[in-house]
Amino acid sequence: MIELVCPAGNFPALKEAVNNGADAVYIGFKDDTNARHFAGLNFNEKNLPKAIEYAHQKGTKVFVAINTYPQPDGWSRWQKAVDTAADLGVDALIIADIGILDYASNKHPQMSRHLSVQGSATSYESLRYYQQNFGIKRAVLPRVLSVTQVAHLATQSPVELEVFGFGSLCIMAEGRCHLSSYVTGESPNTCGACSPAKSVRWEKTPQGLESRLNDVLIDRYDDDENAGYPTLCKGRFNIGKNTFHVLEEPTSLNTIEILPDLDKIGVKAIKIEGRQRSPAYTQQVTQVWRQAIDSYQADPENYTPQAQWVAALNKVSEGSQTTLGAYSRPWQ
Amino acid sequence: MKLSLGPILYFWSLDDIESFYQNMINEPVDILYLGETVCSKRRSLGFEQWMELAHSLKESCGDSKEVVLSTLSLIEAESELKTLRRHCDNGDFLVEANDMAAVQLLSEKKIPFSIGPTINTYNAQTLAIMHKQGLQRWVMPVELSRQTLSDILRDLDDMGIKDKIETEIFSYGHMPLALSARCFTARAHNLPKDQCDLKCIDYPDGLQVKSQEDQSLFTLNGIQTLSGLRYDLYNELQEMKSMGVDIVRISPRSKQTDKVINAYYQKMNALEESVPYSLAENCNGYWHGEPGMLQSSL
Repeated sequence: MIELVCPAGNFPALKEAVNNGADAVYIGFKDDTNARHFAGLNFNEKNLPKAIEYAHQKGTKVFVAINTYPQPDGWSRWQKAVDTAADLGVDALIIADIGILDYASNKHPQMSRHLSVQGSATSYESLRYYQQNFGIKRAVLPRVLSVTQVAHLATQSPVELEVFGFGSLCIMAEGRCHLSSYVTGESPNTCGACSPAKSVRWEKTPQGLESRLNDVLIDRYDDDENAGYPTLCKGRFNIGKNTFHVLEEPTSLNTIEILPDLDKIGVKAIKIEGRQRSPAYTQQVTQVWRQAIDSYQADPENYTPQAQWVAALNKVSEGSQTTLGAYSRPWQ
Repeated sequence: MKLSLGPILYFWSLDDIESFYQNMINEPVDILYLGETVCSKRRSLGFEQWMELAHSLKESCGDSKEVVLSTLSLIEAESELKTLRRHCDNGDFLVEANDMAAVQLLSEKKIPFSIGPTINTYNAQTLAIMHKQGLQRWVMPVELSRQTLSDILRDLDDMGIKDKIETEIFSYGHMPLALSARCFTARAHNLPKDQCDLKCIDYPDGLQVKSQEDQSLFTLNGIQTLSGLRYDLYNELQEMKSMGVDIVRISPRSKQTDKVINAYYQKMNALEESVPYSLAENCNGYWHGEPGMLQSSL
């Protein structure tokens, strides 16, 4: 049975995920040890035990993301995150850094270890490295792979595979993108932040509404355009005389229509992106995906995505537009 | 402290690659990294031809230069793994792994290896584990600062392995910042990736991306995004030397690479500086713990 793994940026979101049918929730600590290090998000040592208890009482697993890369001055903080999560009896640790994987596998060998998407393993040889050296049980695949590539990888993979099903779309190989630190000084790898809010500035000008990141102009919107968060890879820039979305247009990933393909390939779990989103988002997306998976499992041959599912998901999508991302490769 | 010439990151023709390396034979650079690290569709040289080039350079240079084979940075397809295996099994030259698949293939066979800047090594613990698996040399990820480097070197020293691992710093050139499954050069030409017409060949130093206010932001190079400004640690060479950095890496560009090499060589060795050298338009923010695009005089 394909597992539904849902984001919980705080306790209310965790409750929504649990109550709407998530098989597992994933969470992080209130610091830079995880890739959603945003103000007001995440759990501390005080509310984490209650959250775990809440989830476990209803049979939902709890995964803890400790998936950024510690530098020497932060090493002990990452160690402590691993120890705290392990001592509280969570169900798995989601880790990217080799040093931390090694620490977790030596100190808490009984604790399941998942390779984070930030570990950027895009081939079965890479997965074998993490399995042989650190005994990972599962890997979350970067969103750069097509369904055909995921299928091939699945036939050779030594570990369970988890893939992204829905949410914001990273177009770069995760864990291997420094665009954000180049402009702002903070990146997902170092700080758990991409295009951080503290570097964002909005300004109404005669040329339109401008979004800036550390003073760099990311986009300029006419009155009739929807303004999006100024993530660097989604800006409108110039090449020669042309101004366009040089890297990517703001869209969301949605794979609900290829759910049967993902299952047949042997994908073990579907991950929903969005720990930074509201509890209402978690509620909506968890509910739709639960229905989709249940409907598929009840009658795999006749599975079709319902119009109301798609509408509900589109409503919470970035840019109100979804794509299959790299899973289908229309640009290839 | 040695000088190295990183792999050519852009798509150049066979003639341009050959004449570039021919010109490097007499330049004061100690290590040459050869190979295609960005896109497997670029085939100015196939694996055999890279090997031929490596052998011929070795023959011309003798012990004055080390030749290393650098491998693809993002491995997705089986065909890419196949080529990667041939690199790892080459038997004659050290291999620079740029993806964990290469680390696996090399460490599994107990072949000593080096790692490039796209392998995530942010702490000494990670380096120590890889050292047990055969790591001889690492290039620090570009976004790390001198403070982090200094802390890592201190930790390696405490572990007693500082002298067993060579530290190389990406010091000059557009910095590789990100990799994607998508081809941005093809996108800029409204072409699908599988019919890209190998457009990268038209941009020997990449395709410039500027903000709508004409600020240099990025450089597109197929599936790779590089910094808009050139990283330049010319003013930090003495500091690197005193910290115990072993190798300084210069990233090739289509013109004037020889001038940069000579300027660096003279500065590193405190020789009389015969080459006037300008830092204008370059950046060094990462080294100083700031946004990479900044030029800091700290």
